Amino acid sequence: MDKRTPLYEKHVALGATMQSFAGYLMPIKYGAIQKEHMAVRENVGVFDLTHMGEFRVTGPDSAAFLDKLLTNDASIDNGKAYYSTMCYPDGGIVDDLIVYRIADQEYLMVVNAANLDKDWAWVQSHLQGFDLKVSNESDETALVAVQGPRAQEVCSKLTDVDLNGIGYYEHTTGTFAGVDALIARTGYTGEDGFEIYMKYPDAEAVWNSVMEAGEEFGIVAVGLGARDTLRLEVGYPLYGNDIDHSTTPIEAKLGWVVKLKTDKPFIAREVLEQQKAEKPGRYLVGMKVIGKGFPRHGSPLFSGDRKVGIITSGSIAPALGQAVCLGYVERGFQKRGNELEAEVRGKRIPLKIVKIPFYTEGSRK
Amino acid sequence: MSNIPENVRYTETHEWVRKDEGKYTIGLTDYAQHEMGEIVMAELPEVGTEATKGDSMGGLEAVKTAEDFYAPLDGEVAAVNEELESNPALINEDPFAGGWLYAIKASDDSQFDGLLTAEEYKTHIGE
Repeated sequence: MDKRTPLYEKHVALGATMQSFAGYLMPIKYGAIQKEHMAVRENVGVFDLTHMGEFRVTGPDSAAFLDKLLTNDASIDNGKAYYSTMCYPDGGIVDDLIVYRIADQEYLMVVNAANLDKDWAWVQSHLQGFDLKVSNESDETALVAVQGPRAQEVCSKLTDVDLNGIGYYEHTTGTFAGVDALIARTGYTGEDGFEIYMKYPDAEAVWNSVMEAGEEFGIVAVGLGARDTLRLEVGYPLYGNDIDHSTTPIEAKLGWVVKLKTDKPFIAREVLEQQKAEKPGRYLVGMKVIGKGFPRHGSPLFSGDRKVGIITSGSIAPALGQAVCLGYVERGFQKRGNELEAEVRGKRIPLKIVKIPFYTEGSRK
Repeated sequence: MSNIPENVRYTETHEWVRKDEGKYTIGLTDYAQHEMGEIVMAELPEVGTEATKGDSMGGLEAVKTAEDFYAPLDGEVAAVNEELESNPALINEDPFAGGWLYAIKASDDSQFDGLLTAEEYKTHIGE
């Protein structure tokens, strides 16, 4: 039986197509995915992301624990956040996540819903020797994201917090729409915007207020369908599609979230260090379709007769009006401008390797 | 509730089939277009292609999914909807008229009578 978020009734009333996703009944789309997508690119959209998982880490060893578990560096100021991967000892990725530093001895980890149980078990299995407490607040924490170039105008109507004082990947706690919330300038759309975390019973008040405040800007509710096209258009990887246990952050071009420049030990450090030095056998690249066709997750990639890789994500990029893909290609074939072919239903579709992000006009600060 | 007109027949793979003068026109049902979402590309067969009942005749790409469509009858492709090349969204906007996919000149007209009626299709999709 799928769980419902506290905003379930809101989605149904808006006519959403509800689908099971990671154990939750989530809105995939309310109308047309491309319209929701463009609303976020041009104005503002609101998302229910309550399915995401939240783990709170508190205690003297919080930073040391996260530094061991995660590839990125926990040494950030209070009120800031960082993106990271969490790796297995073999360098494969357990999950990718955002971590907010709330206080000297307190962090909030936000993980993918589909990985929640696995991540929780992974975290639990590494606690020994650390003086700290980790609590799983996933079932009590709702997340509403307001994303798009007009997001700040909408949110500023609902809080006394000075939003100009919150930079990209920064956050604060405060009153939002009359309830206690964590207000963060984070998101996964390539646009400016905020992610608002609150307790379950407060979610409806936040959602209603955001909708009302956003009306003059043409705010629309945005489902997981457009969330996927938005992140793909700016080349952000999606766990389960582009990254998983079989891929490493070095291969996925996420080396920037692996703290090899520090001397901190962390799980998979040696493996990733070695892979970086020797260069991985394959790289994640962005590709544009030349002409027609839509390669999808799993479509093989060819250079002539030689299979050189595989597509991991593919869709139309609504703001660009053409199909774009992410995929892994063998080292030697990853150069920008290189032309490859994807095989879809027995037909070859020509592609060109291009720079990520595909879409570069985003309002992200 | 999906629009399920009674002047056409249906397949279990969500095509509708309309008996026209000398040919059968085929499209995607309203139920299926809604399930798929916005269609961004239609890959149609060429006129003259041989059709065998049950064979894949082409594919439809939506934002999130891709689906093949299948020949409901034996015969030969007699026409394709070239409008879809520039405007595949017609399949969503007008599935039973402007969004038709292709037409078959059937080699055995009796196959048409074996297709699902509107009532049967309605049961098939659980409405």
